[in-house]
Amino acid sequence: MASVNDVVIKIGTVNGTGSASANGLLMKSIFRMGIPVVGKNYFPSNIQGLPTWYEIRVTSDGYQARSNRVDLMVAMNAQTYARDLAELEPGGWLVYDSTWPRSKLLDRDDVTVLGIPLSKMCNENFDGARARILMKNIAYVGAVAALLDIDLTTITTLLEETFASKPHLIDSNMKAIRLGYDYATENFVCPLPMKVEPMDRTKGHIIVDGNTAAGLGCMYAGATVGAWYPITPSTSLMDAFRSFCSKYRVDEESGKRTYCIIQAEDELAAIGMVLGASWNGARSFTPTSGPGISLMSEFLGYAYYAELPAVVFNVQRTGPSTGMPTRTQQADILSCAYASHGDTKHVLLFPCDPAECFTMAQDAFDLPERLQTPVMVLSDLDIGMNDWMVPDFEYDDGRVPDRGKVLSADDVENMEKFYRYLDVDGDGIPYRTLPGQHPKGSFFTRGSGHTKYGGYTEDSDEYQDVVDRLLLKWETARSIVPEPEIQYSKFNKAGILSVGSSDGACKEALDWLNAQNIAMNYCCAKAFPFSDSVREFIEQHDVIYVVEQNRDAQLRTLLMLDCDADPKKLVSVLHYNGMSLNAEFVVKRVLEEHSKGQAA
Amino acid sequence: MTYIAKPKISHPGMPRNSLGLTVRDYEGAVSTLCAGCGHDSVTAAIIQAVFQLNIEPHMLAKMSGIGCSSKTPAYFVSQSHGFNSVHGRMPSVTTGANAANRKLTYIGVSGDGDSLSIGAGQFVHAIRRNLNMCYIIENNGVYGLTKGQFSASADIGTKPKKGLPNQQEPIDPVSTAIALGATYIARSFSGDKDQLIPLIQGALLHDGFALVDVISPCVTFNDHEGSTKSYAHTREFYHHVVEADYIPPAEEIKAQYDEGSAMSIELHDGSKIVLRKIESEYDPTSRAAAFKYLRERFNAGEITTGLLYFDDSRKEMHDLMGNIETPLSEYPLDKLQPGNAELKKILSRYR
Repeated sequence: MASVNDVVIKIGTVNGTGSASANGLLMKSIFRMGIPVVGKNYFPSNIQGLPTWYEIRVTSDGYQARSNRVDLMVAMNAQTYARDLAELEPGGWLVYDSTWPRSKLLDRDDVTVLGIPLSKMCNENFDGARARILMKNIAYVGAVAALLDIDLTTITTLLEETFASKPHLIDSNMKAIRLGYDYATENFVCPLPMKVEPMDRTKGHIIVDGNTAAGLGCMYAGATVGAWYPITPSTSLMDAFRSFCSKYRVDEESGKRTYCIIQAEDELAAIGMVLGASWNGARSFTPTSGPGISLMSEFLGYAYYAELPAVVFNVQRTGPSTGMPTRTQQADILSCAYASHGDTKHVLLFPCDPAECFTMAQDAFDLPERLQTPVMVLSDLDIGMNDWMVPDFEYDDGRVPDRGKVLSADDVENMEKFYRYLDVDGDGIPYRTLPGQHPKGSFFTRGSGHTKYGGYTEDSDEYQDVVDRLLLKWETARSIVPEPEIQYSKFNKAGILSVGSSDGACKEALDWLNAQNIAMNYCCAKAFPFSDSVREFIEQHDVIYVVEQNRDAQLRTLLMLDCDADPKKLVSVLHYNGMSLNAEFVVKRVLEEHSKGQAA
Repeated sequence: MTYIAKPKISHPGMPRNSLGLTVRDYEGAVSTLCAGCGHDSVTAAIIQAVFQLNIEPHMLAKMSGIGCSSKTPAYFVSQSHGFNSVHGRMPSVTTGANAANRKLTYIGVSGDGDSLSIGAGQFVHAIRRNLNMCYIIENNGVYGLTKGQFSASADIGTKPKKGLPNQQEPIDPVSTAIALGATYIARSFSGDKDQLIPLIQGALLHDGFALVDVISPCVTFNDHEGSTKSYAHTREFYHHVVEADYIPPAEEIKAQYDEGSAMSIELHDGSKIVLRKIESEYDPTSRAAAFKYLRERFNAGEITTGLLYFDDSRKEMHDLMGNIETPLSEYPLDKLQPGNAELKKILSRYR
């Protein structure tokens, strides 16, 4: 199995043993050599003791998705050794800690097993139980570096940067690297036939997770009020926002904070706080996950009807119910689109990677103020918590945030009378005023039936007038939400359509299909309501493979409801086991369905 | 129906406050509550309190949840923004509103159902944050809009119009607030405007969470013989402990108070609340003593009223966090992000 810059490394460890930093070091070293990487963390809903894995895909082609194979397994966890060994591709390599013997029964003839006495070496060279455990992780990084030919200078530089403030740790870490590295070079033929070589494909790129990107985006968008209740996998979004704010949100004159983060008592309160703040004119948001959306539903319906801006990041995890909190899915599409009782529907954004988490965070604050309605950003655990290689973020210094139709005190002063829900411009979006500006601008915000003037009503016509106008606003939303990404050629009769984190695997699948002379077009929708171009894309094809990560074909359902798409045309490709989507799965399922279609 | 406009009748000789406004300018739409409802008296007290405090109508924000009490913000100060939210969630909306703009005066009107059942969690946590607001509970022991079910504040043994007496322990918002560390806690009666108005004024000016629990009888479902929240029962067992007098800024304390029976509390705008202790041994600054006294009087069947607990040593929400004085909603957006050059520096961490 010889290859260059095309290898999947998987590391099996025990949760809570500090392997995350070692795995990060390994991935970043390869990235620094100019080779694209994909990192996926498979971790348990647990603090300490359960098995955890980290997967590094080295991909010279720069693909974004995980691969469905493992070439080099670092099996550090005796508990999962059998499973880890079984998962390895034929012709692959397995590294294990040979301090303790492994049963011969577990050996496979078609793979090479490399034993390295990592614990023994670390026990001899380091003092203290914690240091020995941590350094064992660093030592396997050294061994993998020797096996794959990862540049030691790059590793040294990274350690120097990481421990700039604690120089004594640089030496001990380098010592551990050398233990693994030297043992491998002395005992095995290094590098393996499958190895890495420097390239120039990571310039202008960073490695970042989606939650950090979204938190940074919120800071750049001018969010001032963040309310939240901790929930996996969204928690790190607020952590990131807090961290950026602590540095960049201190008022120069007073030294005081220009942001307010409130850890709410629950998600009901978190969204209530967001609405109170946005009613008062602040840019406010809440990050959450599926169970939080369920709790927020009543308020989301209120915000839809009372026409209040709100930004909700839903970092989706595996449902239903508590589900698998540390696994990924795209299974909240319908519950978000129609959250709450009565006729409600909400604008959704679908970022497909951390780069779009950063840009869409900014759209996510403009759109609700323009449309006076909640906007939900549907990220997921794969995007939010995994490390992605993405192009550098750019912030347009000339960007003028869209604050929507807000009347100033002067505007109100010069009006004869202000009415909250009148459609003055014919786009379904009324004007609003902020409290504290002018007594003539006052109005009563309510979730009960109201007239276009803002007053209470139980009159059928007056009620219907307002809810019909909300439909007009919905069409305005359709015309201003982000456009889909479309790859189109008129020669192709079939297309693939996806959203969010399914994008990477779909694009890779298109290449695989192309290699088999099956060309297809592609549409990655970025928002709901779907732009007209999504509807046109469906119309232009005989068959559309709708690829999504849930059991019930929620995206397909939404396309049927919102685009009036012909159900017969929309063929589902569904992946919902909680793991990130991979191209092999998409290709297999599309080919199965495609051959059925051709046979018919 | 709140869409029925209230005719404004103003006399040239009506007293004006320092803003030149008359009490008419602080009124709202016509109440749709039952004739004789205690809540309408509370509304009238709020109007007087705000008028006398010279609060600019647009600088007041009226917050509420769901229920008879929560409808009342439509009936006062129509020139203020109002937020009639969802059931039991007024505290969170007010928290967010205050987070965005700390310059406004927040008055939240809630009920015993809204605050002690569905919204108990939010009520508790607003206290925990010492959210700067005046929180009024119009407490009548029943659900009116759904026709007379007991609420969580119903006393043991109190009789409904139909059915069996209540057997469950009541939740008392005042002792709950003392246990939680609220910093201004008062109780009054909708029928005692003289006591209620200054208590609301003190609550509006207090820098932190101010609770005013008002026994406000429901004439339709809970004003009968055997009810402990009726007008008659409340009048009979009503027990003043501490009275509060509001003294506007720069005004001298003119009344004569007996030695040891009065204490003056300076509010942030220079006005004062003078506490007159009817019970000389009562200490409204001790949580333990206040709690003990309240439980004892409660067990004796009395309804203790007045400014029952006060603590001005604790910081309110923003000051606890070290937030800027300028309302966050007014802070210029371009000063809230460091620009693209700084972004590049931030990104260097991710290479």
